[in-house]
Amino acid sequence: MPVKQLLSRNCGKIDPRNIDDFIKAKGFQSLEHARSTMSPEGVIEEVKKSGLKGRGGAGFPCGAKWELARKSKGPNKYLICNADEGEVGTFKDRYLIQNDPFSLIEGMAIAAYAIGAAKAFIYLRAEYHYLKGLLAGAITQSEQKGFLKGLDIEIREGAGAYICGEESALMNSIEGKRGEARYKPPFPPTSGLFNEPTIINNVETLANLPLILGKGAAWYQKLGTGQSKGTKLFCVSGDVARPGVYELELGSSLWELVDGQAGARDIKLVQVGGSTGRVFPADRLDTPLAYESVLGSGAVMVLDQSRDVVEFVHRTMKFLNEESCGQCAPCREGTEVMVEILGRLDAGQGVPGDLRTLEYLSQAMMLTALCGLGQAAPLPVLDTLEHFRSEYENRIGQAVFIRSLKALGA
Amino acid sequence: MVKKQKAKARDALLGMIKEQQDSQGHVSREAMEHLARSFSLPLGEVYGVATFYTFLSTKSQGRHVIRVCQSMPCHLKDSGQVVDWISQELCLEPGQTTPDGRFTLEVTNCIGACDQAPAMLIDDVVYGGLDPQKVAQILRSMD
Repeated sequence: MPVKQLLSRNCGKIDPRNIDDFIKAKGFQSLEHARSTMSPEGVIEEVKKSGLKGRGGAGFPCGAKWELARKSKGPNKYLICNADEGEVGTFKDRYLIQNDPFSLIEGMAIAAYAIGAAKAFIYLRAEYHYLKGLLAGAITQSEQKGFLKGLDIEIREGAGAYICGEESALMNSIEGKRGEARYKPPFPPTSGLFNEPTIINNVETLANLPLILGKGAAWYQKLGTGQSKGTKLFCVSGDVARPGVYELELGSSLWELVDGQAGARDIKLVQVGGSTGRVFPADRLDTPLAYESVLGSGAVMVLDQSRDVVEFVHRTMKFLNEESCGQCAPCREGTEVMVEILGRLDAGQGVPGDLRTLEYLSQAMMLTALCGLGQAAPLPVLDTLEHFRSEYENRIGQAVFIRSLKALGA
Repeated sequence: MVKKQKAKARDALLGMIKEQQDSQGHVSREAMEHLARSFSLPLGEVYGVATFYTFLSTKSQGRHVIRVCQSMPCHLKDSGQVVDWISQELCLEPGQTTPDGRFTLEVTNCIGACDQAPAMLIDDVVYGGLDPQKVAQILRSMD
């Protein structure tokens, strides 16, 4: 399937600091159209029909989520834009904000109109502080031109925590607390920020809305596959000639992206969806990038044949262990034990039974962890155990040899 | 009856801790005690927030905080070497501050600059595509 320029249509073409550029490129027409000709319920219906699903990683149907919030009782409803792009290897939201912040603001205004929110937050990660001025400028200009009537958009900054990309941890952070995940239910559309009905959408999800309302759901849902409509921004990094953001129609193959677009050679494995993403060996690159198969946040990391699988998984687990908020035991202790075992394997000190323990622990974590971090942390372990098992086994079988090599400094 | 002075809205706490960090270079015990009083919160609650986030520090930090990304995309482009270059140039290890208080060196997780790997943040600025000359030049250009 071909490369598309829908979400990225304005990127590099307009001045992201100047609203007039955006307006000339038909900016805010979708919002005006929605406000003047459609009811909030009508907007929700259109978004449901489009088939738009969340682009942050979880992939929940956007319209269905909105409908829950719309129907929830409560004097205050909140919209939150999740700009806490902390997933390893993901930088598409940065790219969108840097190049076309107005599409995000327009999308937020459409979402707020649909769910009936008068207050919206953009939760911007601390690492992206340099985007704050640009975003604040886009909000101010949109206000001055009268596009944000009845809507107050406030930027709240994070302070460095991967877990705050998880929606309930994010809400705790906006409430000024430790960014720990909450038990669900209740789900945010019924009780979220300050216990009020809340919708949390990713930057890219919101940036899709002007397209959908502008060109219509019928047009939009012709793009993609059965369960995956539209296009997606993919962030390719690692062992490739051309790392960067690529917009592809959903359903395009992983091969087309990493080989065709990014110029990867000699591929050993590709991890899709960030640190807790699925791992594909070179002979599985015909996999389509879609919700039916694999998608996540759109992070696509390529490792070539020179890379060591066990070291890669050990490093990934160290990251997850560091970023575990520590609230639930399966994640806090599970990632700890995994780091220990993977560390031993990596150092050539594996013992028989290590792989079974990893698999056993994985099942427990996936079933019992409180949030997505702990639930998904075992995925790269299980996927690499499936596709690269001999590399793990060698770490045990040839442990003495590996240790002597390390001792010799080879 | 004397009305108790109304405590500040709880959701402002993180922002106010961040203000301390930005203006003082760290969040001191005195600052936390002051915040606890003005928010009518236990000190432990304020401490809990101040120590949860990696961009907040209860220890004094340098004028510039260098954060070298160690996540996989940067690791694949030898981010470990970037740490070594800086360590050599400034004679300090990750987690330390130079004696003159100019720099604190830290390693950090993904900063979303994977297309420019290896990358680092110094304060709020991203520097990508790093090599030894570039790193030395950047460090020398800072006050």
